[in-house]
Amino acid sequence: QTVTVEVLAHLEHLALVDFRDSEGVERLQKAIQFADQLHEVNTDGIEPMDSVLEDRCLYLRDDDVTEGNCMKELMKNAREKVEEYFVAPPGIVLLIKI
Amino acid sequence: LVPWVPVVGLEVHAQISSNSKLFSGSQVQFAAPPNSLVSFFDASLPGTLPVLNRRCVEAAVMTGLALNCRVNKKSLFDRKHYFYADLPAGYQITQQRVPIAVNGSLSYSVCVDNKMSQMVTKTVRIKQIQLEQDSGKSLHDDTRSQTLVDLNRAGVGLMEVVMEPDMCCGEEAAAAVRELQLILQTLGSSQAVMAEGQLRVDANVSVHHPGEPYGVRTEVKNINSLRFLAKAVDYEIQRQIEELENGGTILNETRAFDSKLGCTISMRDKEGKQDYRFMPEPNLPPLILYDAKSLPANMNHQQVVNINSIHERLPDLPSVKRAKLVEQYGILPEHSFTLLNEDGLTEFFENVVNQTQMKPKKVIGWILKDLLSYLRQHSLTVKESPVSSFLLADLLNLLEKKEISSTAAKQVLAELWKGEGKTPLDIVKENKLELIQDQKELEKICQAVIDGRENEVITGSLC
Repeated sequence: QTVTVEVLAHLEHLALVDFRDSEGVERLQKAIQFADQLHEVNTDGIEPMDSVLEDRCLYLRDDDVTEGNCMKELMKNAREKVEEYFVAPPGIVLLIKI
Repeated sequence: LVPWVPVVGLEVHAQISSNSKLFSGSQVQFAAPPNSLVSFFDASLPGTLPVLNRRCVEAAVMTGLALNCRVNKKSLFDRKHYFYADLPAGYQITQQRVPIAVNGSLSYSVCVDNKMSQMVTKTVRIKQIQLEQDSGKSLHDDTRSQTLVDLNRAGVGLMEVVMEPDMCCGEEAAAAVRELQLILQTLGSSQAVMAEGQLRVDANVSVHHPGEPYGVRTEVKNINSLRFLAKAVDYEIQRQIEELENGGTILNETRAFDSKLGCTISMRDKEGKQDYRFMPEPNLPPLILYDAKSLPANMNHQQVVNINSIHERLPDLPSVKRAKLVEQYGILPEHSFTLLNEDGLTEFFENVVNQTQMKPKKVIGWILKDLLSYLRQHSLTVKESPVSSFLLADLLNLLEKKEISSTAAKQVLAELWKGEGKTPLDIVKENKLELIQDQKELEKICQAVIDGRENEVITGSLC
């Protein structure tokens, strides 16, 4: 099964990743083929596992205020800010093809 | 002309009333300085992990039980991916595969032909209730072509209540949401104030001919009040009918309600259908809830959410409160609806009843007709009423003891409304509103009228 142009464009749009050239596509193709080897395992009648934590206890926290109030520290990460707001481009982020 | 059957479903997001957020310890508060209630996890900084707030779980269980749901003893968390400036992680943690509660129902009442005296009970099925994170807030600055982001709201706990498409018009949708609001407020699981964004509603609307399959549905967003909810739904139903009758088609799209224009506008973005790439949240094991039977013996009680004990602690729901009011005071069912609908009115009514000899069936008329209409005319809440329950009870006692007529009582109430600190008795005396009880005096007046000396009666010289 090959990766079609439509599937590629869809993936690029969803993940904001640019596969850029045929080498990128080739690498993606190989990665999928590698992962496809999983299909050789017989999983009939087996409950899927989505995390190794599945039999761990989910820790429940008390409803106390213990964090926050660190606006200045957080703002250090902001490339641009207006008063105490983060600044982002307008609207939905799109993949810009160079 | 073949009739159209409108179909309305709702997705309601209710902010959980808690001190801290769903997965972090930052405070939950409306209108705080921007980005002051944001932890490293809320800002999605690398190396941070979600830690579930027990209070949020309890709120969801309470709500599920109140809505007759089956509470899932094992529920799972998932990631829903999309890109937006107010979603710093690039995904929202939600419960898509196995939510905390499913298959419930909500009963609500609507008036037949706008007559409160003819109320009909309807039911809407609750598909599920899921726990999820709220997003931050974006302020769009079009002049400088940028978006300002405040993450205070990012990560606040939400309960999404999904209602099946069992409703048929704006009035039913608004009535169902109103009842849900009252239930949430009674439980305390959410304060559900729409104006503060604590309760947000998206409507799914479609139309079809009887016997045919459901039509294409649209999703209507940006609805900020119950009144607008009814308007938006009714407008969209009409729009779809007109479109189809003119030979057009309905697109499966999202539309925004414009409250100024009273219509819905397409929000269709050029990017086509969203694909959220749901995946299990790898940092959270399944959420396990217990009941009396499954409760493990040695577990730390702070780590246990017991469905049975939450059930035992549930307060009387609005429907039960209404039934009790009708039974206890002999008032009509529609009266009980109005009492519960207005914040503080039930308490006011009961206070008056407790301080007067007048029967509750008569008191209710004064509360609903006189008091409530005054309050509404002046846009006041019950708490802001210049006439206290004590004053009203005082007035009704004068009426009950036949010291004044009911016309006079209404006059006194109008005076009391001015809030000048006078008692009902003061006003009665000032305006000579006392009923004359003396038999002889009454005979004198009647005789004078018969004799044609009614002018002297009016000027008071004969009394």
